[in-house]
Amino acid sequence: MAHTDPSSNMTIDVLINAHPYTLAASSTLEMAIKAYGIHPPFAAALNMNFVPKAHYATTRLQNADQIELITPITGG
Amino acid sequence: MNTPDPLPDTMVLYGEHFDSRMMLGTSRYPSPEVLLACVKATRPAFLTVSLRRQMPHQLSTEPQGNSFWALLKDAKTPLLPNTAGCHSVSEVVATAQMAREVFETDWIKLEIIGDDYTLQPDTLQLPQAAKALIDLGFKVLPYCTEDLVLCQKLLDVGCQAVMPWAAPIGTGKGPINPYAMQSLRDRLKVPMIVDAGLGVPSHACQVMEWGFDAVLLNTAVALAQNPLDMAKAFAHAVNAGRLAFKSGAMQPQDKAQASTPLMGKPFWHQS
Repeated sequence: MAHTDPSSNMTIDVLINAHPYTLAASSTLEMAIKAYGIHPPFAAALNMNFVPKAHYATTRLQNADQIELITPITGG
Repeated sequence: MNTPDPLPDTMVLYGEHFDSRMMLGTSRYPSPEVLLACVKATRPAFLTVSLRRQMPHQLSTEPQGNSFWALLKDAKTPLLPNTAGCHSVSEVVATAQMAREVFETDWIKLEIIGDDYTLQPDTLQLPQAAKALIDLGFKVLPYCTEDLVLCQKLLDVGCQAVMPWAAPIGTGKGPINPYAMQSLRDRLKVPMIVDAGLGVPSHACQVMEWGFDAVLLNTAVALAQNPLDMAKAFAHAVNAGRLAFKSGAMQPQDKAQASTPLMGKPFWHQS
């Protein structure tokens, strides 16, 4: 996992599936997903809002953003 | 065992026809292989599925991610994602949208829980959540209680079917409020799928005899000592109940009535 220097002003702190990550300030959702290392199939939400796959590369992250990455599981 | 085939008595949900009147959940089976065997033996109308954060395999006892995805492809059965665990309309909407992208389907089993102990649906938020999903183009099957007015409200916002519980999820108690369930069935003419609380095949047969259109099963099959045989037993029960409903049952009588004709009885008036 490639964390950037948390002491730098050029970073942001986000939560991915409730785990803290420090990313470059210019990070996109696509970069965060790559940092987390999840494999398809999955879907994403940013601050409780669904983000379609086509928007990952253009969705810029802000400090304190909360990202959910979810995968298929059994259900009743 | 040969059982009478009630086809072509298909169930219609949102304009789509389904031959099977049984839906199957995918949780709590002893193994993915047992789940797949149950699916292939019963050919359910839907398999219910869900979405969760990816967990390390050592912390999860359920199939997930890629392995579960491969199993679903092998099952060749329509998928019905749920919004299990959601407590608010915003959670429901985000979860449903993620489910639509992952599972590539507009079908959604709407669950919005109001009480974590009984897993009772939040009946006050359900209509609002259903409307939000319908406005987004989902085909919504709402998990609800047997409350007549709630079900009417769900129809008012555009639901074309409802999924009343028989009893709380996973209890296996069977229909705990027969009067309300039969009253609901009599009052509303849309497809109704009994979801949750069925424990044995006779429960499924009973609600199908009352005229419910289908049942959704999970724990009753998955936690049976022999899930495959139990799945088959439920399939027979569902078909039997449906056929009985369509056949028109006799009305119960207070007074005994001999079924064997009295005319020509031997020894008549000889004793």
